[in-house]
Amino acid sequence: MEDTNTVLQEQKPIVNLKKKKLPVNENKSNEPKRFESTVAHLKKYKMLYIISIPGILYFIIFKYIPLLGSIIAFKDYNIFQGIMESSWVGLKHFQALFENPDSLRIVSNTLLLSFYDMLLFPAPLILALLLNELRLVIYKKIIQTIIYMPHFLSWVIISGIFIGVLSPSTGIVNQFIQWLGSEPIYFMGSEVFIRPILVFSNVWQSIGWGTIIYLAALTGINPELYEAAKVDGANRWKQTLHITLPAILPTFSILFLLSIGNFLDLGFERVYTFLNPLNQQNGAILDTYIYEVGLQQAQYSFTTAIGILKSIVGLILIMIANFISKRLTGTSLY
Amino acid sequence: MYKQSLGERMFNVSNASFITLLSLTMLLPFLHIVAKSLSSSEAIANGEVLFWPVGFTLDNFQYILQDSSIWRAFGISVLITVGGTLLNLIATASLAYPASRPEFKAKKLILLMVLFTMIFSAPLIPSFLLIKSLGMIDTLWALVLPGLISAFNFFIMRTFFMNIPSTIIDAARVDGLGEMGILFRIVLPLSKPTLATLGIFYGVAHWNSYQNALYFINDPRLYPLQVKLRQMIVTDELSASQGADAYAMMFSSPEGIQMATIVFATLPILLLYPFLQKYFVKGSMLGSVKE
Repeated sequence: MEDTNTVLQEQKPIVNLKKKKLPVNENKSNEPKRFESTVAHLKKYKMLYIISIPGILYFIIFKYIPLLGSIIAFKDYNIFQGIMESSWVGLKHFQALFENPDSLRIVSNTLLLSFYDMLLFPAPLILALLLNELRLVIYKKIIQTIIYMPHFLSWVIISGIFIGVLSPSTGIVNQFIQWLGSEPIYFMGSEVFIRPILVFSNVWQSIGWGTIIYLAALTGINPELYEAAKVDGANRWKQTLHITLPAILPTFSILFLLSIGNFLDLGFERVYTFLNPLNQQNGAILDTYIYEVGLQQAQYSFTTAIGILKSIVGLILIMIANFISKRLTGTSLY
Repeated sequence: MYKQSLGERMFNVSNASFITLLSLTMLLPFLHIVAKSLSSSEAIANGEVLFWPVGFTLDNFQYILQDSSIWRAFGISVLITVGGTLLNLIATASLAYPASRPEFKAKKLILLMVLFTMIFSAPLIPSFLLIKSLGMIDTLWALVLPGLISAFNFFIMRTFFMNIPSTIIDAARVDGLGEMGILFRIVLPLSKPTLATLGIFYGVAHWNSYQNALYFINDPRLYPLQVKLRQMIVTDELSASQGADAYAMMFSSPEGIQMATIVFATLPILLLYPFLQKYFVKGSMLGSVKE
C-alpha cells in the first residue's frame, strides 16, 4: 500500500514539470551564451547541489554498490579474495538452484503463501465497504481505532501473541478446544498449521490498515450519485454494486498491480518469526532460506543467485500484470 | 425519513455483529496476553487464565524490570529510534529539498535514481558484505545507516516541498538567505506536519525493526529490544515443545515472563497510539487520493 502513494504522487509532478518547462526552453534556445549561463547557474545555486550530495552518496553506497555486488552470483565468492578477485563461474549457482533438493520445497512454499495472500487481497476492500455501511459514526470510529492497532506492532510481538494464544497447554484457543472435549493441538509445532497461521496473521495485521485507502476513496464519491440512485429506487445493495464499486475499482487495480510486483516478497520478519524446527518444512520461504543458508552457512554466491532470480520474476510479473490491466481496465502503472 | 425494510435492518444487524466480531479477534488476544502477564505461574500452567488475571501478581514484571539486559535492550531501542529518526529526517529533507526546486538541474536524475531502487533492491548477501567491508558489523550504525532515506518517504517530502510557493523562497533569496538558511528557517518550519508524519513512519519502523539487528549484530550487548524479546520467546517455545509439564513445574513461569516482556515492548507504542494513529492515517493518505 505504501508504494501506491508514491506512484500516484510521482505521476503528477512529472506531468507538471513538462508542461511548465517547454515554453521556457523554446525562448532560451535563441541564447548563444549557453555555457556561461550554466557556470553562472552553478555558482548561484551551488549550495543546492552541495546539500544534495550526502543523499546521493547514501543511495550510491547503500543501494547501488550492493546491486553491483550481485555479480558474486556469477562467481565463486571467496572471503579472502574479495568480490573482484574471486573467479567467474558463469551460471553454476543458478544451475545448482535447480539441482538443490530444498529448492522445490522452498519455492513451492513461497508460491503457495503468495497465492493465498493474493486470494485474500480483496479482504480490506470488503471490510471497507462493510465499515462504510455502519450507520453509527462513533461506533465506526471505535472499530477503526481497534483494527488499525495491529499495524503498529512488530512481527516479533505479533508472533509472540500468536504463540501465546495458540499455546498447547495454556493458550486460549486450546482452552476452548478442550472445553469442547477434544485433545489440545500444538499449532505452532506442526507443519499442517503453519501456512494457515502465516496467512491469517498477515490478514490480522494488515486488514484494518488496508481499509484506510479505500475509505478515503469512498469519501471522494459524489453524494448526489446516491441521491439520484435512491430516487430511481435503487436499494443499498444496488447502490453499492453500481456506484461504490465502480468508483473504487481504479484504486483497487493500482494496489493490486503493485502487490503483484511484490508477489514473491512475502516479508522476512513476517515468516521468520513464526518458524521453528518443527514447522520449517512447510513454512520456510525464499527469504528465510537466503538468511539461513546464505548468512548462517556462508553460501554467499548461491543465495545471491536466488535473490537475483527473485527480482527478475517480480519484474516480469509486474510487467505482465500491467499489460493485462492496461488492456482490460485502462489502468496502468506506467 | 424513509423507512428501513426488513432486509435492510437484518443487514445492518449482521454487518455490525460481523465487524464487532472481527475487532474482537484483534482485541481479545491483547487482553489474553495482558491477563497472562499479570497472573501467577500456577494459574497460567493450569490454563485458568482467559481475559482477566487469575491470582494477580506483579512478579513477572518485577522479574523483567530487574533484568539489566532487558533495560539495556530497551535503551538501545530508544537510542536507535530517537537518533535514527533524527538522522532519517535530516537526510531525507536535504535530498528532497533540492529535488523539489525547479532551479535544480540534477532533479530528474535524482528522481530516477531513487525510483530505480524501489523497483530493484539489492539481494541480502551483497548488502551484508558491504556493511561488513564498511566495518559496521556489531555497531549501531548498521541499524541506522542502511535505511537512512526511504524512497517512499523521500517522495512524500518532495511533493510537500513542491507545494511551498516559490515566491516565498525567492523572497528569502532576495533578502540574502542562503540555501541552507532557506531549508532550515523557511522550508522545514513550514513542513512541520509532514515532518511529524514522516518522523513517525521512521520512528515506528526503527522501534519495530528486527531483521537488520538479526543480520548485522552478533554482540548481545548491542541487541535492541525486539531481538531480546524474540530470544525469550524462542527459548520458551522450545521448552514448551520438549514437554509442557517440565517447565510448568518451575518456580517462575517463563510464559508469564515472556508475556510480560511482550506487554513491556508494546507499551510505548500503545501509549503513543492515539497520537500515532492521527498522523499515520494522515500520512498514508498524503497524495494518495486524487481530488
